Amino acid sequence: MIRFISLAALLLLWQIGASLSDPRRLPGPSAVFEKIYEEAVSGALFSNLAITLARVIAAFALAMSFGTAIGYVMGRNKLADRLLDPWLITLLNLPALVVIVLAYVWAGLTEVAAIGAVALNKLPNAIVVVREGARALDPHLEDMAHVFRFSSAARVKHLVLPQLAPYLAAATRSGLSLVWKIVLVVELLGRSNGVGFEINMAFQLFDMKLLLAYALPFVALMLGVETFLVQPLERHVSRWRRGVSRRLDRV
Amino acid sequence: MNDTSRAGGAASLDVSIASKDYHSGSGSSLRALEDLRLTLPAGQAGAVVGPSGCGKTTLLRLIAGLDKDYVGTIVLPEHGRLGMVFQEPRLLPWRSVIDNIRIAAPHAREDDIAALLDELGLAEHASHFPRELSLGLARRVALARALAVKPDLLLLDEPLVSLDAALARDLREMIARLIDERRITTLIVTHDLREAIALGDRLFLLSARPACVVATIDVPAPRRLQKDAAEALETQAREALAAARAGAQPRHH
Repeated sequence: MIRFISLAALLLLWQIGASLSDPRRLPGPSAVFEKIYEEAVSGALFSNLAITLARVIAAFALAMSFGTAIGYVMGRNKLADRLLDPWLITLLNLPALVVIVLAYVWAGLTEVAAIGAVALNKLPNAIVVVREGARALDPHLEDMAHVFRFSSAARVKHLVLPQLAPYLAAATRSGLSLVWKIVLVVELLGRSNGVGFEINMAFQLFDMKLLLAYALPFVALMLGVETFLVQPLERHVSRWRRGVSRRLDRV
Repeated sequence: MNDTSRAGGAASLDVSIASKDYHSGSGSSLRALEDLRLTLPAGQAGAVVGPSGCGKTTLLRLIAGLDKDYVGTIVLPEHGRLGMVFQEPRLLPWRSVIDNIRIAAPHAREDDIAALLDELGLAEHASHFPRELSLGLARRVALARALAVKPDLLLLDEPLVSLDAALARDLREMIARLIDERRITTLIVTHDLREAIALGDRLFLLSARPACVVATIDVPAPRRLQKDAAEALETQAREALAAARAGAQPRHH
């Protein structure tokens, strides 16, 4: 209910702001929703959303897979940590724009360059978070697994992943918000489709209705991913904590 | 140089450690064990007793294969299947009681696990998570997990520490009954001489660090001795420890 009131207040503020300013600079909500409807009916909105979402998923999956593997190795192996840490610090401090431009210069204006550049921007963030998780793995549980001769698969499934779960959830949450923002920049700079490309077109034409008609549905889509995918997944992996408190409440 | 092997014949434990040192980053080292020898016949329970910090847990870690940085030889019972109860129960907090046992003993039959839970009074807690259990119950789960693998050697590290007197007595009786019935070769580490006498067929008395076995005392059967006999044994063990402190040679009684 509070969320709904907050959202309604935002729309109201927007409407007031629009009525006080030039509609070309800030169109009202109804004009923007009309434009969204037009773009949806034409099919352009959905195809561009799907293209951008596919890029987000590909870059995110790449960054998380490599980031988890590298972060785990760095967290568990001091030599690997010392060797790779300077690279990690360099990547962390390299501006996203530099990575994107370099990728386009070296690999051309291609899909591989676009997705690779986004993944490379997210990669150090995933590595840092997972490395912390790997460092925090409980050595007592590892001893227990050694004594009871857990197989490698059982160690990963029952020991490593449950302990890394909060770190992976944090990396997922921060990663998704970072990735979709960078995907729009990549599309704006070097792709001929996607939400970022459409926003660039709207900027060139100074069409604020079109700009917001693409920006808002994409924000809503990412909010939906966060609410209906990331949060339930996080609740699922930490259900053992809630199970305890619920049961204790009943006692 | 170390060697951990498995006995070919009867299941017994044979430990002969020339030295075990801990090295600090600054280059200094601390000798935890020196010239420590103990032999435990198959099916018997040995109790290692010694002052706090003398290296009892270190010894158990070497036997369990958790630390291989020592000089000496450890011969494990045939097959070398280990069950261990650590000082802290070390259960997987994100798994229920029954899953903790299933994961550690993937080949155990479901009805065997159910029977074990029943025997240890854990049946009603099977679906609980470890954080819902008291320390006493968690120790019992750890014991059930160790027994579920049908171990050739059971290692118990201070199994009664931090429990109140009544809980410690209940768990001590439960452990004594289980190892008596199953005749599992068992090594118990404790700082409590009475606990050692109540659980062990053979006592190994350790000196202060660097620890070695200063006396081995066989506890006459039945293990649960009358009060007078237990007190006499306790006095004998204390005298052996005092003699060791005074510099006497290791003895076998």
